[in-house]
This record gives sequence, C-alpha cells and structure tokens, in this order.
Amino acid sequence: MGKYLARRLASILPTLFFVTILIFGLQQLLPGDAAAVLAGEDQDPTVIAYLREKLHLDEPFPVRYAYWLGGVVKGDLGDSLRIQKPVTELILEKLPVTLQLAAMAMLIALAIGITAGVVSAVLKGTVWDYAANIFALWGLSTPNFWLGIMLILLFSVQLGWLPASGYVSPFEDLKANLASMIMPAFVLGNAIAAVLMRHTRSAMLQVLSSDYVRTARAKGLQEYVVVLKHALRNALIPIITLGALEFGTLLSGAVLTEQVFSIPGFGKLIVDAVFNRDYAVVQGVVLFTATAYITLNLLADLAYFLINPRMRG
Amino acid sequence: MVGLAFVVLFVLMALLAPWLAPYDPLATSWGAIRKAPSLANLFGTDEIGRDVLSRVLWGARASLLAGVVSVCISLALGLPIGMLAGYLGGWTDALISRATDAMLACPFLILAIALAAFLGPSLTNAMIAIGISATPIFIRLTRAAVMAVKVEDYVEAARAVGNPHLRIVLRHILPNILAPLIVQATLAIAAAVIAEASLSFLGLGQQPPAPSWGSMLNTAKNYIEQAPWMAVWPGASIFLLVLSFNLLGDGLRDALDPRHS
Amino acid sequence: MKLRLAFCLFFLVSSVQSQTLRIGLAEDPDILDPSLARTFVGRIVFNSLCDKLFDLDEKLAIVPQLATGYEWSADQKALVVKLRGGVTFHDGEKMDAAAVKFNLERHKNIPGSNRRGELAPVASIDVLDAQTVRLNLAAPFAPLLAVLTDRAGMMVSPKAASAAGEKFGAAPVCSGPFRFVERVAQDRIVVERYAGYWNKGAINFERIVYTPIVDATVRLANLRSGQLDFIERLAPSDVPNLKSDSRFRIAKIVEIGYQGITINIGKSEQAQKNPLGKDARVREAFELSLDRGAIVQVAMDGEAEIGNQWVAPDNSWYAKNMPIPKRDVAKAKALLAAAGVANPSFTLMTPTTSDAQRIAQVVQSMAKEAGFDVKIQSTEFATSLNLADKGQYDAYMLAWSGRADPDGNLFSFHACKQPLNYAGFCKPETDELINRSRSTNDPAARRKIFEQIADTIGKERPVIYLFHRHWLWAHSAKLTGLRTVPDGLVRVQGLKMN
Repeated sequence: MGKYLARRLASILPTLFFVTILIFGLQQLLPGDAAAVLAGEDQDPTVIAYLREKLHLDEPFPVRYAYWLGGVVKGDLGDSLRIQKPVTELILEKLPVTLQLAAMAMLIALAIGITAGVVSAVLKGTVWDYAANIFALWGLSTPNFWLGIMLILLFSVQLGWLPASGYVSPFEDLKANLASMIMPAFVLGNAIAAVLMRHTRSAMLQVLSSDYVRTARAKGLQEYVVVLKHALRNALIPIITLGALEFGTLLSGAVLTEQVFSIPGFGKLIVDAVFNRDYAVVQGVVLFTATAYITLNLLADLAYFLINPRMRG
Repeated sequence: MVGLAFVVLFVLMALLAPWLAPYDPLATSWGAIRKAPSLANLFGTDEIGRDVLSRVLWGARASLLAGVVSVCISLALGLPIGMLAGYLGGWTDALISRATDAMLACPFLILAIALAAFLGPSLTNAMIAIGISATPIFIRLTRAAVMAVKVEDYVEAARAVGNPHLRIVLRHILPNILAPLIVQATLAIAAAVIAEASLSFLGLGQQPPAPSWGSMLNTAKNYIEQAPWMAVWPGASIFLLVLSFNLLGDGLRDALDPRHS
Repeated sequence: MKLRLAFCLFFLVSSVQSQTLRIGLAEDPDILDPSLARTFVGRIVFNSLCDKLFDLDEKLAIVPQLATGYEWSADQKALVVKLRGGVTFHDGEKMDAAAVKFNLERHKNIPGSNRRGELAPVASIDVLDAQTVRLNLAAPFAPLLAVLTDRAGMMVSPKAASAAGEKFGAAPVCSGPFRFVERVAQDRIVVERYAGYWNKGAINFERIVYTPIVDATVRLANLRSGQLDFIERLAPSDVPNLKSDSRFRIAKIVEIGYQGITINIGKSEQAQKNPLGKDARVREAFELSLDRGAIVQVAMDGEAEIGNQWVAPDNSWYAKNMPIPKRDVAKAKALLAAAGVANPSFTLMTPTTSDAQRIAQVVQSMAKEAGFDVKIQSTEFATSLNLADKGQYDAYMLAWSGRADPDGNLFSFHACKQPLNYAGFCKPETDELINRSRSTNDPAARRKIFEQIADTIGKERPVIYLFHRHWLWAHSAKLTGLRTVPDGLVRVQGLKMN
C-alpha cells in the first residue's frame, strides 16, 4: 500500500512539470502582442513599451519560463495585467463559485443519472428503459450553451421564475443564490447525467445477474430491497470513481455555461484572459485546475485501491 | 440501426447539398431579412436575407468534416503514440504517459480555445485544435488495449517464432485492438461536432459567410426572439447528427465488444 | 406632530425606494485608475466615481464641473483654470490647485500612464492661488479643453494616490458623487453615495452596482426580468420588441465615433501588391459600390447615421464641402476599367464580433456587383492589432469610439507615423494642416482647415468611413433624468427612480 502510494505520488511531479511547459508554451505561442492588446484603444507606444518590459516579453522563452516558475514555487502566480489583481486572489474569488456550480451540477447529474440508470436496468426492455435511454442520449447530444439560452428564454424571459444571469453569494442571500445557480447547474449536469446513467445501467445489469443478488432473491427478499441494498451499493463503486474523473468534463462545460449565464467563475476568467492575452491569469488558472484534477485522480485511485481488495498486495 | 440510417442520411445530405438546396447559401437579399418560414423559404431567412434551409443543407458538410477530420487527426496521432507506449513499455511508456496525463489534466475546451486562438479562427484550425486536444484519449485507449493484447498467447507465439516487432504490431496486435478504437472514434466524432459548435459559439470556428451549423447558432443567439427559426434548424441538426453518431457508436459497441453490452 | 411624523415617514419610504441603481455594462472595465485606464467602459464607472475639471453637455459643449471657468492667455499658450471651492475627495482631503497640479503631473508621469500622449502639449503647471491653476503649453493646442473632459481631467486624492502608488486602481479615492466600495472582477463594481459631494442635490441614489454582462441578449434579459434598471449598448435588432413594452424606455443618440474600413495604402510593401492599396481609382470604385444607407438598414437595423468623414454629418465640425457620395455601380465599373483591373480581389480583415461580421458580409455582397472579390478574413482582436500594426493586411474593418474634439478622431489616424495610422497615410501637407487645426482656438478657422483636410482624405481614401452608430440605452420606465450625451456615457447626476 505504501509502495503504491509512493509510486503514484512520484508520477505526479513529472506530469505537473509537463503541464507547466504545455500551458506556458501554448500561451507564449499565441500570436498578437500581449502588450498591444492590454494597451487599449489609444495604443500609446510608451505604454506598450512599459508593458513589454513588465511582461518580460523581449526576453527569451526559457528566461520567461524561469521567472514564472520561480514565482509559482513561491506561491505567487503573478498579477492580472488587465485589472492589476494578483492571480491567486482572483482564483480564491472565483473558486467557490465554480466549485458550487460543479458540485450542484454533480448532484443533479448523480440524482438524475443514477435514478435513470437504475430504472433502466431494473425495467430493462420496457418503455421506461427506452425513455431513460433517449434522455441519456439527449443529454449527450445537445450543445450545452444552446440549452442554456433556451432555458433562459423560457424560465427568465417568458415565465419570470428565475433570474436570467448573474450570481449572488450564498452568504448574502441563499435563496437568490440557488435561484441563479439552478439553471446553469442543470445545463452543466445534463451531459454528465447521461454518462452516469449509462454506466449505472451497465453496472447494475452486471450486478443484477450476479450470484449474490440471485442468492438475495432466493432468500425471499423484496425486490426493491434487493435492488437498493445489495445491487446498487456494489454498483456504486465504479460510478463514484467515474464521478471524480468527470471533473475535467465539468470544467470544460463550465467554460461555456458561465459565458451564457454570466457566472463569474473560472471558465469565464480563462476565456476572457485568453482573448485579452492576460497570460498570467491563464497560466495560473490552468495550472491550478490541472493540479486539482491530478489530485482528484490520485484520490480516486486510492479510494478504488482501498475498496477493492484484489488490487492490494 | 437507427444511428447508421441517420448518419448515412446526413452524409447524403452533405454530398447532395448543391442539388438539394433551393438557393445559393451565400445569396443575400436585402428585402427578405429575418423572414419567418414560408413557402418561398421553408426554414425562413437569416439576418442578411439568406435562405436558412440551403444553409442548413450546406452546413452539413462543415459539421461532418469537423467531426470526421478532427477524429482522424486524433487517431493519426494517438494510435502510433499509444502503440509505442503500450508495446515498448519502460521509460518510453512512462514519458508518454506523463505527457498524456498532463494534456488530460487541462480542460479540453481550454486547450482547444488556446490552440484555435493560436492558429487563427477558421474551420481548418478548429479541426486541428479539436483533433490535438482529443489525442490523449486515443493514446490512453490504444495503450491500454495494446497492453491487454500484448500478453495474449498468439502474440507470445509470434514473438517466439522470431517475428520482427513491427510485423507483430501491425499483423497481430493492431487488428485486435480496432474494436474499442472504432467505438471510441464514433463517439468522438459526436463530441467533435459539439466542440466545433462550441468554438464557433466563441467565434473561433468556421467563419461567416460560409455556412456551418455552429456559426449559424452563434449568429442566431442574437435574434432568439425575433427570428427563432435561425437557431431552431441548425440546433436541431447538430442534435440529430450527434445523436446519430452516438447511436451508431452504441450499436457498434454492442456488435463488436460483447463484454460491454 | 402627526404631520411631521408623516413627513418623516414619507421621506424614509421614498429614500428607501430609490436606494440602489443597477446598471448593466457591456464589458468588464479594466483598471479603475484614471491615469492607467484604457477602456471605454471604464469611463462609465468613472462617471460616478470621479469628477473632472470640465464635462460635456448634449451638444458637446464644454461645461464646468470641478472647474468653474477658464481663460486662454493672449498668445493661446496658457490656460488659466478657476477651480470650484468646497470640493473634497472621498477621504476628506480638500481639492485645491495643488491637488490639481499633482493630478496632472501624475497623469503625465506615472509609469504606464495612458494619459501621457493626451497631455503631452502641457509643458508645466503653475499654482497661481488656492483656487487657480495655469497650464503652460509649448504651443497652442485647441483640443485641450476636450481632453480635460475625459480621464485626463479627473482628479484623485493626492494623499491616497501617493500612498497606494501603482495599486491605486484597486481602491480608488476620487472626487465624484459616489465612493468606491468593492469590486469583484467580472461580477460587479459597487459604489455608494459620498455625503460630502459638492452637488449632492443632483444625486438620488444610495448605491450603484455595475454588472458587466457581455452577451447583449442576456443583458437585455436581465433588464426585462427586473434584475437591472439600466443597460447600455442595446442590440439594434432588439429595439422594435422593446419599444412595444411599456415597462421600458429606449434612449438613443449618434456617437462621436465611427465605423469605417481602413485601407493599407502605405503601411508596408503589401500595399503595393494590392490594387486597392496601389490605385486611388480602385478605392474610389470600391466606395462607389457601397450603398451606406442599405448597409445601415441591413446590418444595423437602421440604428446608425451614414457618414463619410471622421465626424458625423450633424456634428458642427463636419466639412460641408464633401457630402456623402451616392452608390454608383456603373461609375465604379468604369473606374475599374480605366484602372485596368476589372475584378480586383482583396482580403478584408474583420474582427470576430457579430456586428463587424454582418457589416463585412453586406459590404462583400454589394462590392461584388461592381466586380470586387472581397474575401472576409475573420481575425481575433489581438491578432488583428498585430497584423494592422505590421501592415500585413489589405483592408481592415475598424471602428473608433470617438473623442469630443474632432482632432481626437483625426490626428492619430492621419498624421504621419502616428500609432493608429494603420493605413500608412503620410502627406506632409496634410500633417501641416492637421497641426494648424490644433493650434488655433478660432472655430471658423478650424472649420476651414478641416474642409481642406476632408478634401484630401476624401480623395485619397486611407479610410472609407461608413456610418456612425446610435448609442442605444434601455432602462426601466420609472427611471427619469437620463441625459443623452454623444460620448455614450451614463451620467448619474439627475437620474431618479420614481
């Protein structure tokens, strides 16, 4: 166990190193003079020269990389040149927002996905199975920004039930916060619900035909007890580890969802920063996200390792 | 095989667009701006008077192209690299795996956006960007499949007989890992079509005036209330195309990989 | 007694009712430091945070704000400005001549200042007495007053600025009706009423919350669902629908900027490789192939005024000797034949905004009828700036937000080697004319010079001006007192919610 853990941890470092090279390199390859973009409408040459110096733009690539990496190791991810705020501060501001969105989306996905998967597996072949499948496919096939716009039109403009966009902190007003997050969370969780539904379905089908379920049935237990207590519990393990891995999908989806609903989270931060050539922000945020994803992966692996005795030793 | 039927339908639509479309998809008409569907224009007209039906028919080309070419790029890059990693193992595998993990750790769309911004907004560059961003998945899949097949008896036998590595890989391993790859590729096409639409939504994909469902949606979102038909038809088309590829992929999985049914 | 109680309650209720004004912006502002700020949308926020020496009225005339009056010296090389008494900054410090001197020097000298170029003609500032400053110029500079109605004329607290240095923008301490409370990037900027404001009577809100919402559809949806009271830059296509909704009002005015097509006539060798850049007749043919009225109708839903100069036709500085040409495809074809190129082809570099894309497609379609093959090259903003700067383009769909004085729309674009002169236009005679137009304060003389410049620009066509947009604002019908000033900024003084 300890050896496994050590091996896994050791593999993280080179991965992170590659991540830094990847995002730093990608950013610096972007065409267009970052200083010119940040200099605004008037394009004053002295301002551009000043910004070039601040961004170390005239120095060779390895030097710039070293500057940035040096800062990262010390915990300083640089400053957003556009609004002069430290990237670390921006991340701490936006993180709770996207985390809340992701968590709510995940809950919705789990609720809808697992339920649909169980229903579909237990009632295999019936119209419910068919309907659940259609729903899953619909979730996978609809562009989420499209769904978002449609929902805004229906629930905000036509019905007036929910706010069209924006975000209210839960500490300020919990009800308003939930109202503003429910549509984006649904849009985001939609696609993941579909994936979860399919995995639940196949896992349940496997489990339902296994020996211990047959035993439980033979014992005379009621069907729903069989399903919920025995089958589902065992099917959940691979599903939950899948959930951790879907974190990456959540973030990708969050980018567009946040644009449509104007939620001030990570996704919006990154997209704007790419277009504004606000290098420090993009690099800092992607590094943070990558680290989080890698950590989650590690935790999921560990959890699976601990739960599944066959993998130990 | 509903999926297959629909896919074939869309491919035909794309190929036969020049004959099926009632109007030139680029022909503007100042007098017929944002007109609702009518006998003259079955799907209505768009913001500068072009016929939406014609644009949807022609747009099938861009979306299909985006889906297929992106995945071809991913396969062309991912397959060889994955096979190298799976077959050779050791340091090669370690290096490739860490690099792949790094790419997978970055959110797919961010990678695609950065690449597309770097290359410039166009359909070709969007396809390259999506293709490169989706490569890690194929590397991983190929690697896992190769590692599973590598230890099979017939491969061991081939090696014992003295076959050169390349021959073993091409003749014995490759045919046996194709099944999961085909399934994944089909599903990846679906994801690529949505990715192209997403990039166009942000202004980085196929640029107007060339018709593409993604960019049509991008323009249509400004006129949702005045001209909902501008968005309904391209949106429905994307949905149907993606749905068909998903169904096709499911069907292929059931057929080729009995373990997963 | 009961009457007094009733009065108190009435005031309490009415003041509680008009507490917070929620404004939707089209972008997230950049740094909230008047010296370093670089975006248009930031100026909207500055309007409530920072007062300036002078302001503009609906007719673009200079009106007093922090200054009460001004006087030019006899040789036009010095401007004496009289300051308002009793003005304090948000931290309680007094605004006096020394503070104004500090601010103007800060605008000129702080590293990265975007106001350096604007205040370059000001050589030094003298404090004459506590309420009077004198700006000394190296040479007469007519646009100076207009410059002082923008960020260069904004006054911040010297004490706070010295303490914060470069980080001042994170928590600005300024001289306007509202003081800074907080800012969450891309989410909101909150300001609250400053009790010591000199013009308190005009302020009817306790707080203002600025919310940036980039998507125009979503911004409008927020207005309609009641989450916002006011939005800027309504999409032209949304106007008819909103007009029929009695809960809202739309206000509009022609902008001081323009939408045009810049042509590479000399920025790099690429200009010589393309018929459009090489031959003025081809450019004339291109202009004649365009029907500006139709472009405005189709691409902007009629929400713009056609134009052919750097100022709008209804602007007092418009040169009447160069009227807007009508579309003439036959003449265009004849010109192309004379130039020996029947089907010229060129690339039109177009930003990825939906407006620019629409306009470009209409232009492409119109020019085709005269024989032009226009290729639309969608280019992301950052890249387009780079390419324009290097001269690696044929034509560029570029808009300019505009400045109050026509010089602001002219000098940086048409004077030799200026940063925004992407066309590469350079004629010493025109440079001389432009310099003369800046050096005299006599409007009649300036007009005559502008007429001459318009003649040259009109014939050479480094920029083909297409139209001037309408600023479109939408707000709740209960909001009154909105002043429509052509600079597109929302002025909070006088706004009231009923």
